[in-house]
Amino acid sequence: MSTTAAPASTFLFEDKKFPFCPGCGHTVSANALNKALVTLQIDPKQTVIVTDIGCVGLTDHYFNINAFHGLHGRSITYATGIKLANPELNVIVLMGDGGLGIGGGHFLNAARRNIGITVLVFNNFNYGMTGGQHSTTTPMHGITSTTPEGNDENPVDICALVGAVNGSFAARTTVYDKDLTDIMIAAIQHKGFAAVDIWEPCTAYFSKKNDMNKDGILGMMSSLGYGKGILLNKSREELTEKIKKHTAEQMAIVIPKQKEQKHFQHNLKKKTSLVIAGSAGERVISSSFLLAYSGIISGLFVTQKDDFPITVMTGYSVSEIIFSDEEILYTEIDKPDYMFILSMNGYERVKNRINANTIIITDESLNMNELLKEKVDAKNIINVPIVKEARAIDKNYAVMIGLSAFLHHSKLYSHDAFVEAINTKNKPAFIEKSLQAIEVGAQMIKNLVNS
Amino acid sequence: MNIDFLDGNEMVALGAFEAGCNFFAGYPITPASAILQQMIDDLPKHGGTAIQAEDEIASIGFCIGAAMTGKKVLTATSGPGLSLYSENIGMAIMGETPMVIVDVQRHGPATGSATKDGASDIQFARWSTSGGYPIIALVPTCVEECYTMAIQAFNYAEQFRTPVFLLSSKEIAMTRERVDWSKIKKPEIVNRTYHKPEDGKYIPYRFVNSEDIPPFAAYGGEELTRYTTSTHDENANLLADPAKIQRMMDHLNKKIDADKVSLVVKDFEEGAETLVVSYGVTSRTAREAIKMARANNVKVSSLVIHSVWPVPEKEIKNALKGMKKVVVPEMNAGQYIYEVQRLIDNNAQLIGVNTMDTKLINPEKIYQAIVG
Ligand SMILES: Cc1ncc(C[n+]2csc(CCOP(=O)(O)OP(=O)(O)O)c2C)c(N)n1
Ligand code: SF4
Ligand SMILES: [Mg+2]
Repeated sequence: MSTTAAPASTFLFEDKKFPFCPGCGHTVSANALNKALVTLQIDPKQTVIVTDIGCVGLTDHYFNINAFHGLHGRSITYATGIKLANPELNVIVLMGDGGLGIGGGHFLNAARRNIGITVLVFNNFNYGMTGGQHSTTTPMHGITSTTPEGNDENPVDICALVGAVNGSFAARTTVYDKDLTDIMIAAIQHKGFAAVDIWEPCTAYFSKKNDMNKDGILGMMSSLGYGKGILLNKSREELTEKIKKHTAEQMAIVIPKQKEQKHFQHNLKKKTSLVIAGSAGERVISSSFLLAYSGIISGLFVTQKDDFPITVMTGYSVSEIIFSDEEILYTEIDKPDYMFILSMNGYERVKNRINANTIIITDESLNMNELLKEKVDAKNIINVPIVKEARAIDKNYAVMIGLSAFLHHSKLYSHDAFVEAINTKNKPAFIEKSLQAIEVGAQMIKNLVNS
Repeated sequence: MNIDFLDGNEMVALGAFEAGCNFFAGYPITPASAILQQMIDDLPKHGGTAIQAEDEIASIGFCIGAAMTGKKVLTATSGPGLSLYSENIGMAIMGETPMVIVDVQRHGPATGSATKDGASDIQFARWSTSGGYPIIALVPTCVEECYTMAIQAFNYAEQFRTPVFLLSSKEIAMTRERVDWSKIKKPEIVNRTYHKPEDGKYIPYRFVNSEDIPPFAAYGGEELTRYTTSTHDENANLLADPAKIQRMMDHLNKKIDADKVSLVVKDFEEGAETLVVSYGVTSRTAREAIKMARANNVKVSSLVIHSVWPVPEKEIKNALKGMKKVVVPEMNAGQYIYEVQRLIDNNAQLIGVNTMDTKLINPEKIYQAIVG
């Protein structure tokens, strides 16, 4: 892995000594890491040590390697970002059991994603830095400052977490085991997410209170029935490899050059607002977009906003459009000039805004004359057989019929602009029926005028 | 050039592409989800990486890591997600991370109304993390400005090595408008200053004057570099010496300078004694009200603030000169009004027009405050 000629004999700063308490396991683990990196002859410029918070978080200061010292429990997220951004880097996370507890979600998700980072958990069964409180790996009955009578909670099995999400590498060892460096080497070399649970004494707190020296720690492992060594080592494609392929495919897509935009004239005399009130599944919003866009290519200022429940496949679906020949500053439609009502769901949502001057375009079956007789003059209610006519084409095109009726009634701009919007902005499969529908809508208004 | 019909979220994404954004991480939340979606769909086409993280803490964490690898990063969320960003925003300030955070504001505390507008986070963005150090926040008033300000936000992030907020809101983010590309003035793209080999050994947090920005070196480059969340010296080592700590914190405080980040739009009327100070989507309602007032021969001036943080104090003071009445409309209980209030040095009457009903403020309300 190295690019330098003279092999490095250490990556530690020669003039600095680890700051940990006498006998602290962190010193052993950090030295083992140095040995592993020397054995691998990593390139320090191509390596980043990411540390979490806690005593463990002091470790990166002592390595003459790129370093990132981040927040409590979040080191895996920074490491993931670094690896995603530059997959060539060796990214090694050093975190405590405390960090693992508070950032457990990130641990699980990184393992699940199989992002190619190495996570070394310096697991000393308590929070060293903050005074020996219990952590998620404190064994049952363990005495800590916050479990003075003994811990009542079950400890987490870090390696089992990796297995639970079909992670690719997990190992467990202790600072008393000779294979500590070798396991670190295997973890760093693993292509994919690799976690090592390293059991350590915290001589200031947990070991003292629980007599957790070498025998204690090794004994605990067997009494819990936990395995030691490399417990999981699977070959699974690493995440950034997949992303590289996806990016290459996406970059190869040739985006077709935008067609020359056709422009049309408008006849707008005054700002005109339209509220379209229908139900989910009627293509209210996508159809309204096409109408609004046809206003844009007719040289108008247009705004469109939509209103629908979070449960998108049920209930009302409302779109609101304003057409103007000058910039639209206030986009709320308090008093709609037009309202196109296609279903009762939509009507219920918008009915409070109907006023005496609102022109209602609606399906004849909704009986709006009866519902609105107090509010709106009957001559302002345009009843047309939208639903019936739509059935002849496809019921999903009722909104298009109504929108076309609006356009031909308001005469804001040309039918051709609507045709152009459909031809250029609609899904290819929808174009033909949309064009049929807007012819039907146009005809309805013509018939109305003739009769 | 084509005329498009786009919403604010789409324009933020387009602005980000234009600025050279090449990394995005986010978590779905209305009304910001469309930015995540567009990034997932289109960022790889630009050669970048976009990912949905397990939560907002991871989103911003991924972004910070990627930023220090040299990427131009973006994340987008709304109030509840911004709450989860909090601790990492502090780290981004402390570690001097260039990044853009889009907050598509929605209504209310906590979950509030997911699909409704409110200028909920104006003060929250300013004080979103512990420590109280300055941030930069830009607030667009329309769809086109979502584009230009996204670029500007990246520029400031790069220039100052700091998180920059783009505070849009539901009514801009999810309303489509006419976008006339021929009329858009694109800001020049600014990139962070990298350490040059001829400048000698790289020292990650070195500055000479407090306001200087330390040159950048990316992980994986020719220099070894260090990043830290802790109070640090120029080598990113933990600091204990009070004088050195003071110097570092002065630097974080002074490097963000309102004179260098001051974006306002002035519409002053000769002889006006009433001033409307506004930001965001409410500025448009305010303009509508001002039009009404002027049509009725009422003289009124307007100051629209695009860079709400740091407060453009000089511009506000200048606009306040000779005013007898100052109207500050906001879609909240009154957040920015206090920034204006502390700059008033005469007896001018200060009127807040505040609504929290999720609707845009009706122009009539602002008009009444102007003429009343
Ligand atoms: C969000 C947050 N909460 C609490 C703390 C306080 N804190 C500092 S270190 C630590 C525990 C560290 O324990 P561990 O990760 O096991 O590391 P060790 O000190 O044992 O090496 C805590 C809770 C913090 N820094 N950040
Ligand atoms: S407190 Fe515990 S973890 Fe921290 S240095 Fe001392 S022994 Fe090690
Ligand atoms: Mg610990």
